[in-house]
Amino acid sequence: MDLLNLDDRLTEDQRLVRDTAQGFVRDHVLPDVATWFEEGTFPARELGPVLGSLGMLGMHLSGYGCAGLDATSYGVACRELEAGDSGLRSFVSVQGSLAMFPIWKYGSAELKEEWLPALAAGTAIGCFGLTEPDHGSDPANMKTFAKQDPSGDWILNGSKMWITNGSVADVAVVWAQTDGGIRGFVVPTSSPGFSAPLIHRKLSLRASVTSSLYFDDVRVPASSVLDVVGLKGPLSCLSEARFGILWGVVGAGRACFEAALEYAKTRVQFGKPIAGFQLTQEKLAWMAVALGQAGLTALHLGALKDAGVLRPQQVSFGKLANVRAALDVAREARSVLGANGVTLEYPVIRHMNNLESVLTYEGTQEIHTLVLGEALTGVAAYR
Amino acid sequence: MNIVVCVKQVPDTATERKLRSDDSTIDRSANGVINELCEYAVEDALKLKEAHGGEVTVLTMGPDQATDAIRKALAMGADKAVHLSDEALHGSDALSTSYALSQALKKIGFDVVILGSESTDARTGMLAAMLAERLGVPQLTLASKIEVDGSAISIHRQTDYGYDKVEATLPAVVSVVEKPDPFKPRYPSFKGIMAAKKKPIEKIGVADAEIDPAQIGLAAAWSVVSDFTAAPPRGKGVVVNDEGDGGTKAAEFLVSKKFI
Repeated sequence: MDLLNLDDRLTEDQRLVRDTAQGFVRDHVLPDVATWFEEGTFPARELGPVLGSLGMLGMHLSGYGCAGLDATSYGVACRELEAGDSGLRSFVSVQGSLAMFPIWKYGSAELKEEWLPALAAGTAIGCFGLTEPDHGSDPANMKTFAKQDPSGDWILNGSKMWITNGSVADVAVVWAQTDGGIRGFVVPTSSPGFSAPLIHRKLSLRASVTSSLYFDDVRVPASSVLDVVGLKGPLSCLSEARFGILWGVVGAGRACFEAALEYAKTRVQFGKPIAGFQLTQEKLAWMAVALGQAGLTALHLGALKDAGVLRPQQVSFGKLANVRAALDVAREARSVLGANGVTLEYPVIRHMNNLESVLTYEGTQEIHTLVLGEALTGVAAYR
Repeated sequence: MNIVVCVKQVPDTATERKLRSDDSTIDRSANGVINELCEYAVEDALKLKEAHGGEVTVLTMGPDQATDAIRKALAMGADKAVHLSDEALHGSDALSTSYALSQALKKIGFDVVILGSESTDARTGMLAAMLAERLGVPQLTLASKIEVDGSAISIHRQTDYGYDKVEATLPAVVSVVEKPDPFKPRYPSFKGIMAAKKKPIEKIGVADAEIDPAQIGLAAAWSVVSDFTAAPPRGKGVVVNDEGDGGTKAAEFLVSKKFI
């Protein structure tokens, strides 16, 4: 139920991308995702090769077995994947935008050959280590340190936290302080001194692998360092991933809205479906408006990205506005479902809990608010 | 093997479908999608190609904008497409459609022609038989499985008692039915979608296919829609209150409708 017919703006190819992602979610995700969520698992090894065969990993990159889609297609695919679960979209975002993108953009020819085809096929899994236990919004003060020894090898020490895919990854893109500024390293997870224990007792993104990373004198060759210096390296990756998020959450919100609409039409109280009550209609109308606005924002930012003029503060606008909208829609939808809204029989509370993480990761809503504040006033509040 | 798949773009069954008020033909301005059974035909064609080599050509007849169906078939993996499009074809019924397509097929050449057993718009289900007759080749209809061995082709056709195995020699026309997993149509991969952009789509008109204009279009149609009216809204169902005899009442109802 899209009152604005936004998908009429998509091209034939973008609609095919949408349909393939929808079909994948319908056949491979929706039958089991509530169980994954309840059990706190994500079958990364099983789904990885399927996602790879469909071209969903690194879909917006070119060469090395990647599909080379336009930005709007990438967004549409994220929207449909996240209509399944934010954990699924997180897996695809991390693989494509946070692990593959930096190797593709800043890696040597050897690194690209070594990792990109396997990551695109889903036979290898990647993760991205920036956030640390004590440094989230403030990555410039990260403690993880890499030192080059006389042989030319780099020695990494430190830790990372809240790392999606960490425990199942074959390769980690790790950002660390060096004597010459922040650098990125492509670290095989089989390296001696590397460990990645699972983070347990999450109540959000439960169908997603979240880990800590520890580096205890992890040695990597000089060829594994990425060709970028400073925070702009990791921030450029996050800008890619956030673009996927601002599209993805529209799918999560839509799934909640659809569940609420269907429930309202069939749930009878006081002798008629609750969809016939004004209070419920107001909720449904408001949800449809919020989702339509978020969808329009995503479409517009997709057009800007395809034109090559998308600026980081515009991505912040989209991430801030759309995640907030999706979370509000999920909460409203939950109330339409009454007590049924708190069970995993319906997708709503799963999405709602997931979106609490999405609100925080890849730039908290507070940081994106301050980015907009800086863009508007010219004064940075966090420096 | 030279495989031709006939696909049709139809109005999306998820949206409201209409007939045009001026000439009672199907309104094709609405959201067009590939007919679902045509996707099965494409899948079967691709499987034949994977097993025996050759080339899969997509053939469609429809207005200029009816390219979604072609795009999807190419994205699934078909090699090229021929789009028969001509204002003169508007309003063709099944008989004249089969004539026009048979002329295009003669021009393309084929070892096997595969098509869905019916479309969700007109639902005549007659095209495969008509095409085979016009082309003078065997028809193997309602296939749930296709096998080719040299110049022999055989299909399975589901029946109440199991299945019939129907055999013929190539060239032949095959119509296919819906099948369960793992025989469902593949999704186009993202790489397939990108690759389809570069695949050739040859647009041909009535003259190119040597189609006699007198045998096509609304004027030549043997079937005529003289009038149409919306189906009446469904009446209220019968509510049976179970007072210990619910089963009996339900059975009596089914007997009265001749279900049991």
